[in-house]
Amino acid sequence: MRINEIRVGVSSCGLAAGAQDVLNRLKERTDVPVLGVGCIGHCYAEPLVEVLTDAGALMFGNIQAKTKDIDALLSLSPEKQLHNRSERTDKENLRITGMIGKSEPVDIDAYISFGGFDGLKKALTRSPQSVVDEVKQSQLRGRGGGGFTTGVKWSLLAAKASNEKVIICNADEGDPGAFMDRSLMESLPYQVLEGMLIAAHATGATSLYIYCRAEYPLAIRNIRTAIDQLRQRKLNVIGNKVLDIEVKEGAGAFVCGEETALIHSLEGKRGMPRFRPPYPTDSGYHGLPSMISNVETFANVPVILRDGATSFSSIGTKGGRGTKLFALAGDVKYPGLVEVPMGITLGEIIYEIGGAEPGSVKAVQTGGPSGGCIPASLFDTPVDYDSLNSLGAIMGSGGLIVIGNNRCMVETARYFLDFTHRESCGKCTFCRIGAKRMFETLERITAGHGVMDDIEFLEDMGKKVKAGSLCGLGATAPNPVLATLRYFRSEFEAHVVERQCPALECAALCDVIINKAQCTECKLCLKNCALNAISEDYVVDNDICTRCNSCIESCAQDAIARVTAGEGFRGSVAKEVG
Amino acid sequence: MNTFSYLKQFAPEKGNIIKGLQEIQQREGYLSKEALDRCADFFNIAPAEVEGVVTFYSQFKRVKPGRYRISVCDGTACHIKGTPLILDWISTDLGIGDGETDADGLFSLETVACLGCCSLAPVLSINGEIFGNLNRKSTLRILKRFKKAGVSNAD
Repeated sequence: MRINEIRVGVSSCGLAAGAQDVLNRLKERTDVPVLGVGCIGHCYAEPLVEVLTDAGALMFGNIQAKTKDIDALLSLSPEKQLHNRSERTDKENLRITGMIGKSEPVDIDAYISFGGFDGLKKALTRSPQSVVDEVKQSQLRGRGGGGFTTGVKWSLLAAKASNEKVIICNADEGDPGAFMDRSLMESLPYQVLEGMLIAAHATGATSLYIYCRAEYPLAIRNIRTAIDQLRQRKLNVIGNKVLDIEVKEGAGAFVCGEETALIHSLEGKRGMPRFRPPYPTDSGYHGLPSMISNVETFANVPVILRDGATSFSSIGTKGGRGTKLFALAGDVKYPGLVEVPMGITLGEIIYEIGGAEPGSVKAVQTGGPSGGCIPASLFDTPVDYDSLNSLGAIMGSGGLIVIGNNRCMVETARYFLDFTHRESCGKCTFCRIGAKRMFETLERITAGHGVMDDIEFLEDMGKKVKAGSLCGLGATAPNPVLATLRYFRSEFEAHVVERQCPALECAALCDVIINKAQCTECKLCLKNCALNAISEDYVVDNDICTRCNSCIESCAQDAIARVTAGEGFRGSVAKEVG
Repeated sequence: MNTFSYLKQFAPEKGNIIKGLQEIQQREGYLSKEALDRCADFFNIAPAEVEGVVTFYSQFKRVKPGRYRISVCDGTACHIKGTPLILDWISTDLGIGDGETDADGLFSLETVACLGCCSLAPVLSINGEIFGNLNRKSTLRILKRFKKAGVSNAD
């Protein structure tokens, strides 16, 4: 077979795994074109290399810049070839991300040759009103988590009689565990910009901003390069107006994903939300009519214009049309970026695409710190806005964190509250103080000092924080706790009543023991214990041990394990008895 | 004296204050008192307002970080895959806690919300270079590499 082209995935996660070296080595070794392309989605096997041959495309995974790997790749040896993940390809529907991985992300000619800007061209031949109608008809809903109907938002901005109107692309993907927007900006910057240009034509906007979190340097670089290219080609001229497109970097505040907080941050202020109304479409950035939409929402728009609203809305369910990107991570075999039709079940994503073993999964967290967990028993739920809401979770922006059986749900809830109470801007009392009290209560429970009243307090305060907060952060902050209480109450009770952590994750509620039958007395654990908590005769003193797992990780015999608190040896107790 | 003359690339209007602060931090590593005063002056806003912006956003640092800035990702995927243990191991090895810099000014340690490489969890980055799929062994090996680099590049 002859090799015609080689494509190496060089988005952030590929680079983290060493893709840049692979790309450089391949360029030295071969004369066929070697391209650095966007995120191919199979992130579990980074660095990824796709080889185009006369007989079709072959995908290789876990390729390092070693001679052995490069040789294997160039000789097309099956050893490093990714096994055919047909479960995944059957379930996926790549409408938004269809162009990812085919060319260098900032190569504008390649984007055009794959049908890029067709949607914009079509839109420009039509009246703004008919473009708004097309988007309305597609029933596209905001992909950032709010789920507001995009076409309606557009018509609100279009109806404003102002000489200056602003469109803001919300790329402040602060939800820890989500990377859909990063992937889109890194890998398909032109598609996001094309969506914004179509929106500008439809609504009469004059300035376009992209508010991106500073933690995404590659996304920012690619988007900026793409904007320069647009300017050179004069593609930012809509009608007779030259549109100004600017990228502004966030500075690390989760609350800035909320639209009014985002506007304040753009204006150079503290990113605190304000009361709505007035809605941004009435008074937004510097008082101008403004519309804020998520990256993925904009990336959907060119596809709708290109293929038509009917084609778009033929996919999905009543509770959500089209496809949705998910960042699948956590306890699954094949984490990565997936694009699936709405209405697919959680089980199909987690077991069939993610490759998780049935029975190994306890729950999935959707919507990050604003969402909730859904237990494995409900994995036949279809994924759309309304179905997830009815379970006490939310669709959110698309983070799916799979939680395995060996994780503690109370600790997970504590983690989310730790995040949200620190990210609270402090404006509303219930969010500022209530969320902190909830966090402290969860700390107490995981530390083994909880009482039954604490559980009731969490439920009560959770409802109050939801009701007493102005913006989405506070109104959703208690969700992880309330959902966990709803489905995993028994774990809370085990912590409080029996002083046990069933998953053996909470350090205060477990001991460490060495199983003498398996121990070969190799001294590895002694060497690795920074606190000298292990005696010469291989007994862990749990009074000294901090449960850092160093010994457990170092043991080659798997002889060391965590057990329920009280089962291990404690020096102080031994002294008293002796 | 540092005059922060590179601020002149920005239009002196309030909306650019975050950009200006980011530029200073990018170049100097942190935001000194002089830097904040200069910003207030340049962007023509009250020093208290600059202080307000700086304290609001977690990106801004008021103390000088170490030569190697270790950012341990505590995003959800990393957290459930063991961030607390990784922090513990690094703290024990370097003798510094979250948010601290060691006495030699070589390492500083912080946790960050999410580096966006969730499928490689758990992840940390040192001066922007990302390391994934960490366990105790690889974490300690990475630290060793930077300690060695720090000794051989000592000023």
